[in-house]
Amino acid sequence: MAITMSPQEITAAIKAKFPEAVLDAKLEGVIDPFLKIAPAAILEVSRFLHESPELSFDYLMCLSGMDNGKGMLGVVYHLASMEKKHKIVLKVEVPVATPAVPSVESIWRAANWHEREAFDMIGITFTGHPDLRRILLPDDWEGHPLRKDYKVPEYYQGMKVPY
Amino acid sequence: MEHLIRYIIDNDILVYAVMALIPLFLWVLPYALFAVWMERKVSAHMQDRLGPMRVGGWHGWAQTLADILKLIQKEDIVPTAADKKLHMLAPFVVFIGSYAAFATIPFSSAYIGSNLNLGLFYIIAVSSLVVVGILMAGWSSNNKWSLFGAMRSAAQIVSYEIPTVLALLAVVMIAGTLNLQDINTMQGGWFWNWFIFKKFPFIFIAFGIYFVASLAETNRTPFDIPEAESELVAGYHTEYSGMKFALFFLAEYANMFAVSAIGSTVFLGGWNSPFGNFLGGPIWGVFWFLSKGMFFVFVQMWLRWTLPRMRVDQLMYISWKVLTPWAFVCVLAVGAWMMM
Amino acid sequence: MPATLLEQVKTSTGRALRSEEMIINMGPQHPSTHGVLRLELVVDGEIVVDVIPHIGYLHRCFEKHSEAMTNYQQVIPYCDRMDYLASMNMDWAYALAVEKLLAIKVPDRVEYIRVIMGELQRIASHLIALGTYGLDVGAFTPFLFMFRDRERILDLFEMTCGARLLYNYIWVGGLSHDIPPGFIDKAKAFCKYFRPNIKECNDLLTYNEIFIKRTANVGILPKDVAIDYACSGPMLRGSGVDFDLRRDDPYSIYDKFDWKPQIGTGEVGTVGDCWDRYMVRVREMEQSLNIIEQALDMIPEGEIASAIPKRIRPNPGEVYVRSESPRGEIGFYVVSDGSGTPYRVKARAPAFVNLAVAPEICRGYMIADVVAIVGSVDIVLGEVDR
Repeated sequence: MAITMSPQEITAAIKAKFPEAVLDAKLEGVIDPFLKIAPAAILEVSRFLHESPELSFDYLMCLSGMDNGKGMLGVVYHLASMEKKHKIVLKVEVPVATPAVPSVESIWRAANWHEREAFDMIGITFTGHPDLRRILLPDDWEGHPLRKDYKVPEYYQGMKVPY
Repeated sequence: MEHLIRYIIDNDILVYAVMALIPLFLWVLPYALFAVWMERKVSAHMQDRLGPMRVGGWHGWAQTLADILKLIQKEDIVPTAADKKLHMLAPFVVFIGSYAAFATIPFSSAYIGSNLNLGLFYIIAVSSLVVVGILMAGWSSNNKWSLFGAMRSAAQIVSYEIPTVLALLAVVMIAGTLNLQDINTMQGGWFWNWFIFKKFPFIFIAFGIYFVASLAETNRTPFDIPEAESELVAGYHTEYSGMKFALFFLAEYANMFAVSAIGSTVFLGGWNSPFGNFLGGPIWGVFWFLSKGMFFVFVQMWLRWTLPRMRVDQLMYISWKVLTPWAFVCVLAVGAWMMM
Repeated sequence: MPATLLEQVKTSTGRALRSEEMIINMGPQHPSTHGVLRLELVVDGEIVVDVIPHIGYLHRCFEKHSEAMTNYQQVIPYCDRMDYLASMNMDWAYALAVEKLLAIKVPDRVEYIRVIMGELQRIASHLIALGTYGLDVGAFTPFLFMFRDRERILDLFEMTCGARLLYNYIWVGGLSHDIPPGFIDKAKAFCKYFRPNIKECNDLLTYNEIFIKRTANVGILPKDVAIDYACSGPMLRGSGVDFDLRRDDPYSIYDKFDWKPQIGTGEVGTVGDCWDRYMVRVREMEQSLNIIEQALDMIPEGEIASAIPKRIRPNPGEVYVRSESPRGEIGFYVVSDGSGTPYRVKARAPAFVNLAVAPEICRGYMIADVVAIVGSVDIVLGEVDR
């Protein structure tokens, strides 16, 4: 039975199960309501969202790495439910010095390549990912390009990079 | 024909040498050039486009000549890790296996390269050399994809020889001889004397089996797994360039004509005119023989550009579980019929 | 052979026969990998044990470039070049995202023209997908027939915006050019011309016995695996899931037209095999023709550039908008920090996500099947690598 829940109801359900996990919730005045989740709890919250029959978030639309500036990196999860037709956005923030986020690959297999791309481009390490290596750039590339403070290397394997 | 040449040249050995070379130079080589052009034109018109149009003026007839000239000038690239001797020999073995079959095919009542009493047997034996050549090509290229192509090709050709031979056996039982010239003479008269209409419908089915199996013998679609462009880049001849590649190519077209010629000789009356003595005789015989052969070459090209390709296990399935049993049925039925 | 049997078979020298798995490279240059894709196949004879795709050969730093643009409109040509075979849909998805960020509504005429162009592009893209798929399994002729028909669509596009492949046509807030006089008649003539050609394609390839043998029961993608891997588009619908973004996450004016999403039914094999995905694409072309014909009849007069903002400076915020490209769900996650330059543009490309499921559905099939399966995923390396 497909009952689409509103963002407030979804937030309430998550808060009821994991009271300390939800650090912030912006549900009004934004185009896509989002919840800020503590990095350590993201795996459990994801599992709950995936397995709960009322929420049933089985489709991971997109997983993006972000450079939030001010020394913080973020991961943004866009989730949807095929059956209930509701959507939610989860955000996680970690400092640049220790950019470790638990991997949700075990819950949504789609996250496998998305997380590899986030690691490649932003440099977030996903703990528990079965095969975390660069996907778009060559394996021996140095640096994470989508960070705001990224400097293009002068030479790569003897070839001049900027041209 | 033999008398004509003896009249000109006195030496016995030279006479036989000329007789053997005539089909090669007067027919097969020009045919190969023509067939490549024809394939490009046939495929083009079937695909709603034009094909070669400029080289030589009228519809690009000289395109193949231009291609051969270009291929002769190309650098012969041999991979460093390749087995040099095998790599060198392979195209020649394939070429010889395909061309040697023409020795015993009667082009007309007055001309046959070598009137062997075992003509048909010789042809089947010699065209098996092609397998050896393909295996040599695949192995010596030191390339996994070529090896795949070569192995598939060997499996395919060896498996499809069996239905071919059985289908031909059905006709040999009726004719009572393996001599191709005699088989041809027995089909004289109007077209209902052709072997394909005897012991109806069994020889008809045998002809169908022979034609399908011969498509596999010559590596044509739908059985062109060994050179499947989409999968194996170019199969066993991936690593060949220049004239060696041209040799593979010419060998393939010669093979196409050889199987068409054998089919039309054994089943459809060879150089016999379909109207009995009208338009018959030794000179017209050449025309009838060549047109029947070219018709089947055209059908082979037509099938190539229409049908998709079979997968290797489906190919084997068809050979062993469909064609071979039916070929056996034909042989048994024809035999039983003849004994009654 | 199973391991125990293998040990029992000893060669004449007393050592057991070894049969090792071979690693073959379907390298970046290969006639069938639809671009520069490297597939590492671990095979045991002809049976595939594992497929490891290596991508990134066409990575052109789309996301980094967008952060350097001085204007949101300047990102549109980059979007074109992501999925170069479906540029209209790429531009449209990005334009939808920025329009949602700016909260502007485009005129009706713009909506209709966008739908017509998007559906024409869908037909053109499917024609390539089907033609090259025929090429992969060895049928050379349908490829040329479909390209002949695609030429007519490209003529229509060239008439409108001057380009045949990379249009830069759908801008944020409107379009770059209005449709020229004569376009509607030519488009109607195209629809009339193309409809019987779908039947010709079916006669030649779709119901061909050999083609069915090559693609039915090959590469079966079950429903739950498809959803778990977030497949979309014909990949998802071919597995029997009734989900089409044009109806289920509506954008633009698709609700005004009479059309149906096409789903794989396992007609000649199992639900979710390559043939089903192929058939979904063929039937979608027909549905697109329906939409185009209805839109051509209903198109209103009006302005096309009135809603294009002079300066695009959205309030700080972010949006994720998804739309249905011929390959699946194309999503743009656009983050704005209040300036005229985008802060982050993430493109969720359908082929990138769909390709991730290829190793799963290739296991246990033969090498020839890998070609058929990767062909049925319908990837364009431009958007896989961005």
